[in-house]
Parts: sequence; structure tokens; C-alpha cells
Amino acid sequence: MEIFNSLLPELIRIVVCAVCGAVIVFGNALVMGYAERKLAGRIMLRPGPMEVGFHGLYQLVVDGLKLMGKQLVIPVNADKPLYMLAPLLAFAPVFVPLLVLPFSEKIQGFDLDIGMLVILAFASINVLAILIGGWSSNNKYSLFGAIRSVAQNVAYEIPMLISLLAIVFMTNTFSLKEIAAAQSPVWFVVIQPLAFLIYIVAMVAETNRAPFDLPEAESELTAGFHTEYSGMSFSLFVLGEYANMFIVCSVATVFFLGGSSGIPLPFFEYTGIVWFLMKVYLLMFFLVWIRWTYPRTRFDQLMNFCWKYLIPFSLVNLLITVVMVKLV
Amino acid sequence: MKSYFSELFRGAWSLILGLKVTIKAMFSPIVTCQYPREKLEITPNYRGHIDLVKFADTGTHKCISCGSCMRECPSDCIVVEGEKREGVKGKVCVVFNLDFTKCSLCGACVEVCPTKTLDYSNDYELAGYERANFHFDLLKRVEERE
Repeated sequence: MEIFNSLLPELIRIVVCAVCGAVIVFGNALVMGYAERKLAGRIMLRPGPMEVGFHGLYQLVVDGLKLMGKQLVIPVNADKPLYMLAPLLAFAPVFVPLLVLPFSEKIQGFDLDIGMLVILAFASINVLAILIGGWSSNNKYSLFGAIRSVAQNVAYEIPMLISLLAIVFMTNTFSLKEIAAAQSPVWFVVIQPLAFLIYIVAMVAETNRAPFDLPEAESELTAGFHTEYSGMSFSLFVLGEYANMFIVCSVATVFFLGGSSGIPLPFFEYTGIVWFLMKVYLLMFFLVWIRWTYPRTRFDQLMNFCWKYLIPFSLVNLLITVVMVKLV
Repeated sequence: MKSYFSELFRGAWSLILGLKVTIKAMFSPIVTCQYPREKLEITPNYRGHIDLVKFADTGTHKCISCGSCMRECPSDCIVVEGEKREGVKGKVCVVFNLDFTKCSLCGACVEVCPTKTLDYSNDYELAGYERANFHFDLLKRVEERE
């Protein structure tokens, strides 16, 4: 009983965090799915979804219902347990990074000392899910998509980590809350513009979005790793992708754009979340914008850009940062 | 080494220019036609299926049931029948059917028509549920037209 009483607040906290995480994941997918299609339409000089509800507002709800109603087709020669596991593996880990993100000074699931490592560790499980999905589908397109995804993510994780490491050297902590708090006078985007640029590029590649969407490259590989997936197992991949977008944009916000800092509102310890979400969705808008602007890169261009430009630049940036930290 | 940096900056500049193009497009007006709710004005030169012309002076068509179109038609999709009536000079057209399922829109019938009473219609919304929807009774159509 004694143990139970001491555990109860913690248990409630866990439940509340889990529910909030689910709300963020699904709400974000709805908002981003709609915004992406609307913006894509506007960029192509057409109106986007218009039929269901006012200006097509309910389009995503209807699409979700349709996907839920669809049959889950499993190819005859697929590796069935792995095939079923892959979408879950793509979707489930996205909840964990949401727990450690500091939405405002007081709104945060858990302030871990190793918050940054937790986020990066769980974000990279997505690659494993794509590899398993592509491999177990027993389809050449899926396999090619999966192989590309692994090569791409392994390559782009390096500049991403190194650019974030420069910030860690400056703040001397892995805790996201302290990193966000360390930018009270100037945001790190001003001090570390190169790291920010490198992070943005690596972030696009990490979330497998255009112009780096080689794993699903619909014009070459039909749908890449999720060619064989239908119904809910397909939409779990999509939900995971949008949640990953949210997470990488949140990390960019925390590391470079000052987290929840902004013009003070009443009860700022809580209402800082307004600024936080505004910055996150501004970055997401940028991701959508570049998706509908640039053509897909060729695979050798993608790898060249990472190994010849991003990694050397991020290493030089890290070196300069370390020297400056030591001197100042 | 020089080309390494110049390539980088040239590439980055082209990326920025690309973003400028799309952001401009984002705020320009929509150019697509929202079809069921708005329809484009069809050009008078549009060559749809054939139709009988309604002449202003007689208030109806001028078909004399000569059958030239029927004989000229390479797809055999026109049926014209006329009958003699008392007090009327020439034949009166009583049947003018077009089987649009076979029509190849060649226009030979329009060219051969001696009274210029055949012309192309502007009707382009030709969707139907069954084959019979495309067997047009052109006499009925010319009467229904205002």
C-alpha cells in the first residue's frame, strides 16, 4: 500500500502523458494531412480538397474511415510476422520522444538528463521498421526502398548528430529543458546558423520526405517500402511519418529556435506552448513547401551531398564551436 | 577546391530561386475549373455529334429526307425516313436517328447535306448509364431546343 501511494502520482502522470501523446500524434496527422494537401494544391494553382465539409475540412476524417474499412492484404510469400510487425514498429516509438519534449517551461512529460539521446535513439527505430517492412513484403520495389532508406538514414544521421552536438558543447547538457532555457537572450540559430542549416537538410532526409523521398520514390518504385501495405497498416506508416516530422521540427525548435520562448503571455510557464507550436508548424510548413518545390534527388547525388558537403561542414562547425567554447 | 565552393553556392542560390517560384504560386489565383460547379464556355467550332439546325425563318429544320447522309455515313449510324404528304412539296422527314455508339465523328454527313440542315452540336457532357442513351432521335432534339 505504501508503495502504491508513492507510485500513484507517477502512474497518473504516465497515463496523462500517454493520452496527450496520442492526441498530438493523431491531431498532428489530421492537421498536417489537410495542410499538406491544401498547400500542395495552392502551389500547383488548384484549390486542393474542396468536397467534404467546408473547404474539404473533413477530407482527412473520411480518408481515415476509408483506410480503417479496408482489407489488410498480406502477400502470399511475405514473411507474415515481420510484415505485421513493421507498421507497429514504425508507429509505436513516436510516442516516446513526445514525452521528453519541453512544450513550455511547465508542460513536459519527463525532464530526462538524456532527453536528446532518447529522442534520437527512438527516432532511428523508424529505419528499422522500414527495413523490416521492405524486406518482409517479398517485393523488389519494397526491398529497394528499404535498402535506400537504410543507406540514406545511416548517412544523414551523422551530420544531424554532429550539428546537434555543437549545441550540446555550448550548453553542456543533454536535457532539452535546459537547452531551451539556455537560449534566453539569443536563439542558437543566430550563433550556430551553419548547424541549423545542416540540421534542416538532415531532418528532411531523416523523415524521408521530398526531395529526399527515395525510399518511397513513387515514380521509380511504385511506393517503395510500403508498396504491399494497405488499409490501416499503410496508414500507420503515414501516421508515423507525420509524427516524425513533428518530432524533428520540435527538436529544431528546442535546439535552435529557443523552444517556448517568445513574447510573454499571461501564465507564460504554460502558454509558452503557443509559441512552441507556432515555431514547430512554421518549420513543418517549410517542409511541405520544399516538398512541393524540388524534384527528387538521384541516389548518388543524395549520398554525395551528405558525405562531401554536410559531414565535412558539420565537423568543421563542431571544431570551431569546441575551440570557441574552450577560449570563451 | 574552387569549384567545390562555387558549385555549393550556385546550387544554394538556385534552391532559393525555386522556393521563390513556389511561394509566388501559393498566393496566385487558382486556374483550374471546378467542373460540376462551373463550366467552361465551349467554342462554337466544337465538333460534337451531329444535330439538325433550327432555322430562324421556318422555325424548324430543313431536312428533305434525301438520305445523302445515310448513304455517305461510313459507320452506318444514321437512319432517315421520309414520307409523302398531301399538300406538301417534297418529302417530310419522319425519322432521323443517330446511333452515336458507332459514330466516328468524321463529318461526312455534314459536308454532304444539300440544305445545310446538319451541323455539329456543342454538347460535350455525354455520359450515360446504358447504350440506349446514345441512340439520339434528332427530330425530337430539334423540337425540344428553343
